[in-house]
Parts: sequence; C-alpha cells; structure tokens
Amino acid sequence: MNAAHFLRSRSFMLGLILTLIFVFAALISFLWTPYEIDGVDIPNKLHAPAWPNLLGTDQYGRDVLSMIMVGARVSIAVALVAVTIGMVIGVPLGLAAAAKKGTWWDEIIMRGNDLVFAFPSLVIAILITAIFGASAINAIIAIGIFNIPVFARITRGGALSLWERDYILSARVAGKSPARISIEHILPNVMNLLIVQGTIQFSLGILAEAGLSFVGLGVQPPTPSWGRMLADSQTLVYSYAYLALFPGLAIVLTVLGLNLMGDGLRDIFDPKVRKSRT
Amino acid sequence: MLRYILKRLQALLISLVVASLVIFSAVEIVPGDPASFMLGINAQEDTIMALREQLGLNVSLTQRYFTWVTGMIQGDFGTSYTYRTPVSDMISERMVISLPLAIYALTLSTLIAFPAGIIAATRRGSVADVSVMGVTQLGVAIPNFWFAMLMVVVFAINLRWFSAGGFPGWDAGFFAAMKALTLPAIALALPQASILARVMRSSLLDTLSEDFIRTARAKGLTRRQTLWRHALRNALIPVLTIIGLQFAFLLAGGIIIEKVFFLPGLGQLIFQAITQRDLIVVESVVMLLVFAVILVNFTVDLAYGLADPRLRRSR
Amino acid sequence: MSLRKLTTAVSMAALITGTAHAAQTDITVGLQLEPPHLDPTSAAAGAIDQVVYSNIFEGLTRFGSDGSVNPGLASSWDISEDGLTWTFHLVEGVKFHDGTDFEATDVVFSLDRARAEDSVNAQKALFEGIESVDAVDAHTVKITLSAPNGNFLFNLAWGDAVIVAPESIETITTKPVGTGAFTFANWVQGDAITITRNADYWGDAPALESATFKFISEPSAAFNAVMAEDVDAFSGFPAPENLALFEADPRFQVLVGSTEGETILSTNNKMPPFDNVKVREALAHAIDRQAIIDGAMFGFGTPIGTHFAPHNPDYVDLTGGSEYDPDKARALLAEAGFADGFTTTLKLPPPSYARRGGEIIAAQLRDVGIETEITNLEWAQWLEEVFRGKDFGLTIVSHTEPFDIGIYARPEYYFQYDNADFQALMDDLTAETDPAKRSEMVATAQKTISGDYVNGYLFQLASLSVANAKIQGLWANAPTQATDLTGVSWTD
Repeated sequence: MNAAHFLRSRSFMLGLILTLIFVFAALISFLWTPYEIDGVDIPNKLHAPAWPNLLGTDQYGRDVLSMIMVGARVSIAVALVAVTIGMVIGVPLGLAAAAKKGTWWDEIIMRGNDLVFAFPSLVIAILITAIFGASAINAIIAIGIFNIPVFARITRGGALSLWERDYILSARVAGKSPARISIEHILPNVMNLLIVQGTIQFSLGILAEAGLSFVGLGVQPPTPSWGRMLADSQTLVYSYAYLALFPGLAIVLTVLGLNLMGDGLRDIFDPKVRKSRT
Repeated sequence: MLRYILKRLQALLISLVVASLVIFSAVEIVPGDPASFMLGINAQEDTIMALREQLGLNVSLTQRYFTWVTGMIQGDFGTSYTYRTPVSDMISERMVISLPLAIYALTLSTLIAFPAGIIAATRRGSVADVSVMGVTQLGVAIPNFWFAMLMVVVFAINLRWFSAGGFPGWDAGFFAAMKALTLPAIALALPQASILARVMRSSLLDTLSEDFIRTARAKGLTRRQTLWRHALRNALIPVLTIIGLQFAFLLAGGIIIEKVFFLPGLGQLIFQAITQRDLIVVESVVMLLVFAVILVNFTVDLAYGLADPRLRRSR
Repeated sequence: MSLRKLTTAVSMAALITGTAHAAQTDITVGLQLEPPHLDPTSAAAGAIDQVVYSNIFEGLTRFGSDGSVNPGLASSWDISEDGLTWTFHLVEGVKFHDGTDFEATDVVFSLDRARAEDSVNAQKALFEGIESVDAVDAHTVKITLSAPNGNFLFNLAWGDAVIVAPESIETITTKPVGTGAFTFANWVQGDAITITRNADYWGDAPALESATFKFISEPSAAFNAVMAEDVDAFSGFPAPENLALFEADPRFQVLVGSTEGETILSTNNKMPPFDNVKVREALAHAIDRQAIIDGAMFGFGTPIGTHFAPHNPDYVDLTGGSEYDPDKARALLAEAGFADGFTTTLKLPPPSYARRGGEIIAAQLRDVGIETEITNLEWAQWLEEVFRGKDFGLTIVSHTEPFDIGIYARPEYYFQYDNADFQALMDDLTAETDPAKRSEMVATAQKTISGDYVNGYLFQLASLSVANAKIQGLWANAPTQATDLTGVSWTD
C-alpha cells in the first residue's frame, strides 16, 4: 500500500476531491465570504441566482452562497467532533471488551452497546435538546453518543481476531499486560478499520446534523446551517426553488464525497479486494 | 440450547429494566411543567397547583416510576396529561398509520433492493453492477427529508398524483390512504433500499466465493441453480437482520418524514408530546420503541443461535 | 318559544329547498393548532376556542366579528344604580345538546365552577369581582359584584366564561355538550374534529350541515393542503409568504383582518441594563418596525407604538415616539453608559413571527452595538424559563387576549413593569363605567407605557385566512380566538 494505491482508486480520488471542496469552502469562510451573513437586508430579499448573488438571496436578503460556506463549517465541525467523541470513548471500550473477552466486563460493555443501539436515535436527540436546549454542542452530544457503540463494536470485532494471533500470544508470554498489548499491538492493527468506519460515521454525522437542524434542534440562528436553510425554504420552495436546491445539493455532495472516500479506503486497505479488482 | 435461551432472556429483561430507568429519569428532568403549559400565560399559581393535583403530578418520583412500570406490565400505559385519554389508545391510533407506513416502505425497499443486489452480485463489474453501486451511493447520500420536499413539489403540487400531506384515515378508503402514504413510503425507502441492496450484494458475493458453492458448481449445477438453491439462502441471514432492525427503526425513524408530510404517526406523537410536556406519553412511546428493537435483537440472536451452534458458546 | 321554533323550521326548510341544487353543506377548515381537549373553561389553549367558541359553547354574551359584545344566552340585562347588581334575562327554550334544559342553575353552576377555590380556569381573573351568582327563577340570574366593573359584559363574552351543564361536566374534555348551533360529533386525535348541525338550535340555523376542523401545524403542510384543496379554508394561515400565490389563483380568496395580538419585544424591566429607561428607549429607536413586518410577516401587520389594538376606537397612535433612528439609539446607549453596547439574551417561542422577527431584530440591535444570544424555545420551556422564571433579557411574543393592557398593572407579570401610578389608573378604570371617562383613561394608560418604553412595541398581528372563493361568511377579523361557522355558507 503506497501513494499509488490511493491515486489509482477512482472512488477514493473522486470522494477526496468532493470532500476537499467543502472543507476548503468551510476554511475560507473563516476569512472571507462574498457577503456578510449576519446582517439582514430586507429590501434585497429573495433575489434569484444571478450576479452578484450567485446562488440568490434568502427571505432576509442574505447571500445563499455565503450561508452555504458557513453552513459547511458548521456541518463539518459538528460531525467531526461527534466522530471524535465516538472514537475516544468507543475504541478503548472495544479494546477492553476484547482483552477481557467472555468476562462480565465484556458482557456489560456489549450489552450497554446493544442498549444504546436500541434507542431510537432521533427521539433521543430530541429529548437531549429538550432537556439541555438546542445548540451545536447538544447536537454533537446527541450524535456522538450513538457513535460510541459503533466504534466499540468494530474495535472489539477487529481486536478479537488479533488476540488469537501468534505474535500476541508471544507478547503475553513475555509478560506484557493486556492494556499494553492492546495499545502497542492491537490498536495499530485495527486502525485501518477505524479510519474506514470513521469516514462513514462522519458522513452519517453530516446527515444527522442536517436532520436535527431541519427540525430546529441544531445550531441556533443567526449561524446558518444547511438543515435549517432547507427547513426555512419549505414554504418558499414553490416560488423560490433555488432556496431548497442549493443547501440540499451541498449535503448530498459532501456525504457522497465522504462515502466514496470510505469505500475507496476500504478497497485500498483490504489486500484481498485489491487483488481481485486488478 | 435452553440455557442459551434463558441467558438471552435474562439479558433482555435487564436491558428492559435499565432502559425504563434511563427513559424515566431522562424524561423527568426535561424542564417545563405540563400543568403550566396547559394553562398558559394568564394562569394563576393556585390554578396551576390545582391542575397538578388533578394530573397526579404531586406524588414522589419513585412512586410515579413504579405506577408507570406496573401499569405497563398490565398493558396500561397511563393517561395523557394534555389529551386526558389513555396513552394506549393514542398509540394504537397512531400505529394504524406508522405500522402500514413502515411495512409499505420496507416492502418497497425490499422489492428494489433484492433484484438490484442480486444482479449486481451475479454480474459483478458489469454496467448493471456499476450503476446499482452508483445509484445506491447516491441513495445513501440524499437526506430523505430533502428528497421528500422535492417529490412533494413535483408529484403532489404540480402533477397532483399524490397527497401533499396529511392522512385521510382508512375510512376514506384504501386508495385514498395509499395516495397519502406513497410519497412518504418512497422517501423512507430510498436510503433503506440503498443500504439493503449493498448488503445483499456483498453478502451474496461472500457466499458465492465460498467452497460449498464451488463444490455445487463442480457437481454440475448451473450458475442459476447454485444461486437459487444454495447461495441466496445463505446470503439471506445478514440481509434479514438488517431488515429486522430497519423495521423497528422505521416505526419511529419516520419522525422527520412524518413532519414533512404531516402524518399523524408515532413520530409526530413523540414530537408533539415533548413540546407539550406530556411526559407520560413520551415515556411510554419511547419505551415501546426500545422494546421493539430489543425484541428484534433478541429474535435475531435466537435465530443465529439456532443456525450456528458455535455462537451459543462464544457469545 | 314556539314562534322561534317555527321561524327556525321555516328558515331551515327554505335552506334545504334553496340548497337543493347542490350547494355544498359541509366544510373542512384547516387550523394550525390542535386543542389539547375540548373544555374551554379549564385550559388556556386558544386552540380550544378556535373549535368550540360559538359553534358548540355559548356564553351569556358573545363577541361579534368586529369585536363588539352582543347578547348571547342572555337576551337582555339590567344593571342596578350602584353598578353592583346585574340581572340577566336568559333566552327561553334553549336545550343543551344532550337534551337537558338550559336554565339559570346552569349559569350559577358554570360561574361558580370558574371562580371556585380549586378552579382550573386559565382566566380566573375574569371572575374576580363576582361576589355571588343567584338564580332568581328558571330564566333570570342575579350576579352581585364587589365593585363596579366596566368590563363585565366583555369578560362574560370570553370563551373561558361559556355556560356548561353539570350533567355533562364529567366528560366535557372529550365529549363537549353545549347550547351552540353545532354538536360535537367526532375527534380523531392528531388529525381532525367533526361537528354537525344542531337540529334543535334555539337561534338561526346554520347553513352548514357539518364541519371538519383539520389540524395542520407545519406552515408548509398548511400551504400544501390548501393548494391541493384538501381543506376548503384555513383560518389563521401560518405562512404569509404564500398569500400572494393564493391571491393570484382564482380558486381562492384571501382574508386579511385584525387580531387582538399585540406583538411586542418584551423586555425584562427588572434586569440590568433594561431597568434603565434610557436603555429601553434606545431599544425602541433601534428597531425598524417596517423591516420586521416586511421580513417576518411579508408585509402583513400594522405598526403599533403601545400595547393596544389599532382597530379599537380608543387607540392612540404613538409610533412617532419610537421611530427608527439608530443614531439616536447609539447616543442614548452612550448616555446610559453603554457606549460599547452590551450582550443580552433573546428567547424566542415557536411562532414564525417570533423566530423570524427575532433574527431581524438581532441584526438591527447588533447594528447599534447590542449583541443578542438567540435561544429558540418550545412553548413549555418558554413558559417555564421566561414567563414563570423571568430568566430572560428580551423575548418576542404576541399578546392575543383582547383588551389586556391591564397586565402592565401586575408588577409580578413576566416583564416586571412596576409603576404605582399606572396600577392606580387601572383600578380606577375597572371601577369606571362612564364611556367617555373610560376612553380618556385608556388613552392615558397607552401613553404611560409608551413613554416608559416598557417593551418594544412592534406590530399588531394580522389575521390571515385563505378560503375557497365560493365560501362566504367567514370572519376576516379575529376579535377572539374563534372560528365562528354559524354564518358560513357556500355560494352555489
């Protein structure tokens, strides 16, 4: 596996390009957007896409392109932090469950996982925001919680097969503690799995953030978010279809980019698939 | 085997108890008092206290938890604070929409996903395979509520083929009801079908590369015969697991779609109940949904246990 | 009584023959909010009145579509010299929907229930001055007040003061039994309520045989339902941005009227820096009302400068005292010691006037140096945090109760305006029965709160309805929350 493998994977490259477009849009938005997004300009409301408002203006006269750029940074930030939460908590749990396989410790972790899985995620997200109020942080928590069991399970699954390997056995014989083995030998070897899953959870996070904002439970105004832009466009869509079109496309393209990247990475990391492809 | 079942059953019960505790405490700390919500901004403090008394909100938390749990065991989900009707009636009223909708969506998704997945797997690398993979990739990426909005504009407002929202009730006739449920079902089915088709494809590919398939082919069965007699049956297990879980989630997962189409289903009920602080309804409905998922998991576990004796020991 | 019955029968017969060539006699009316239950005397929900007021339940007096107070179940009344004893003469021959007679004892029961110790009436204050309610005979009721009350007939017209029967009180929340022109038929919770014509109605029979109220809370779904003709009319249409589309469509008519809803930027008068009148004055000048009406309501709404409905004859236009002038606002802030501005909270309840208006106001305030942290709240949270907890700097809400300037005399009320002179003025107003003097006092009251810049006065909420072009008799105005269908009919 080297750079050539990455370059040769068409889906990876396509996904990478799509994703980078939005990442760059998000980064640029910190420094510059075509227009200010926190000022309202009622006389300029609802202009159809044309120069100088390339993607038109919304019902408050704000520039849609600028809002999509800032919305990108909200979506990406929320999803990224939620994935990080899932990994930081889920991976150690998964490693511990695998190391203590068959004990009550393993049982509690895995049953706890099942339990989280059993909760309808959106309902819980609504509950969380009802309790703590709607905000970006609470959206992150609501999405992040459901990432924990995903990473715990995938880590455990990957780790279990590794524990049977000879070199792990010899490490145990050499007197290394399970914790040390987990960190030194298991973790690096499940990293590929985690990166692939991380990309997928990232894309799911973007969708989840959009859904929460759509029902009004994501970041709060005046900060724009793709989901809320869509929700705001709902009653205007018949006369001003572009208001619904562009934020929707932004979501689809970002999620598509991440998924393609994930697929590409899976192929690149998995030598079996790689061989059969060529 | 019996020991295995008992062990799973024990886990199921523990899960339910923990879930009920989590739900109850989560819902009870939601800020906002049902009584003051109902009486609005001109209400006086003593009026609010009188209503709290009427609603049975003035007893201790533990007492309320046990009343709730023991009630549920006997099939009594309590009485809604806002509507003052039994919660179980409200749930069954919503179920006549949510359940058919979930079944409809699942049927659509299965009808699309099975052929797509099978074609993609058997003609790996072909144009058909590439397009199935492409379309499903897109299907997973499109937020279903956005897709729903666009469908409403085209098919309900412009073409007037389907209802734009609302549900006329089953009394209005099967056709009218289907007219209202079709667009939501398609919106719900889109990502599910995409996922299912992909699972179907990869699961079938895995089975097709296994030894017993090669043996079957070596024994002189045609490709088609091998596919139908051996491969499909074995590839179906992971697919059925996904279907089971999708079904449980479709019941409540339609919450955003129900909002877009304004369907008075279970999802809307929860959303409404949370905003109205109808705590007893929130608790009971969430518990019911969790119960459904746990039950599906339990059944899947049992099925796996039956199919593969090794699992009984390892899990 | 027999004469009335006869005329009713005749007019009904005329109606039936007149409608023989197939004018529609049923209607589906869209409403945004579903009532929690159907007892208007035990919850604040305007949604209850939207369905039952005047259709199912009636009071001694009733509101007309222009906000006037007219005779209802009481055909006339006498007032004693001292203004303390009111004798109401009830309409005879009225029956409740369950067949029981409407009599003086029902009035005694209803009013006693509303003002009782354990009453859960949301507007208990309406009945505060009542000393006693007595049945003189079957059709005469004597109500004794502790002090003269110029608002009394008005108070009795509220949905919270309708007459209910002791026989059916147990089931009133789900099977309301009143004296109105329609009887309750069916309720599919989460969806619709159906009412049908009351054949034994004491007054003029309604043209409609049955009516269905369909509850559609999402503005986009409301638009879809009207456009697809799933509903024949939508009362209180929640998406003003779409009204132009309906106006352009010959299938529909758009009704724009007035409501009693003063939409205000409520300000926490006890919380620094809003305890400083200069800061509140700065707020008033920082706000561009017209931009809010255009941006949030798409042009529908009347600017107001005080807490009073512009369509009321006693209204005083005070918008000039708080004209949009950001420079003046900045200067006032500097004078108050906030040259660099400050940060406060802006908590918004769900209606779109609040959510959209909030975004616009936040931008306008930012322009003069006031930063706001916006929080969107559900009603339950808003009631808890803002209304009861008084934990807010600013909020936007429409006060939809008619003639509610009296809330400024309640220092504990959530915006916490405490002015002894104003409180005395309100006490005098309640006791005053001379119309000319009342007008004068009401004008003083309006000027006082406007001059104290208690809240930011934005606009009077417009009543927006869309209906099939062939429907007539719908109320354009909303003097109270009601969808009075007694005079509604199809034209062909």
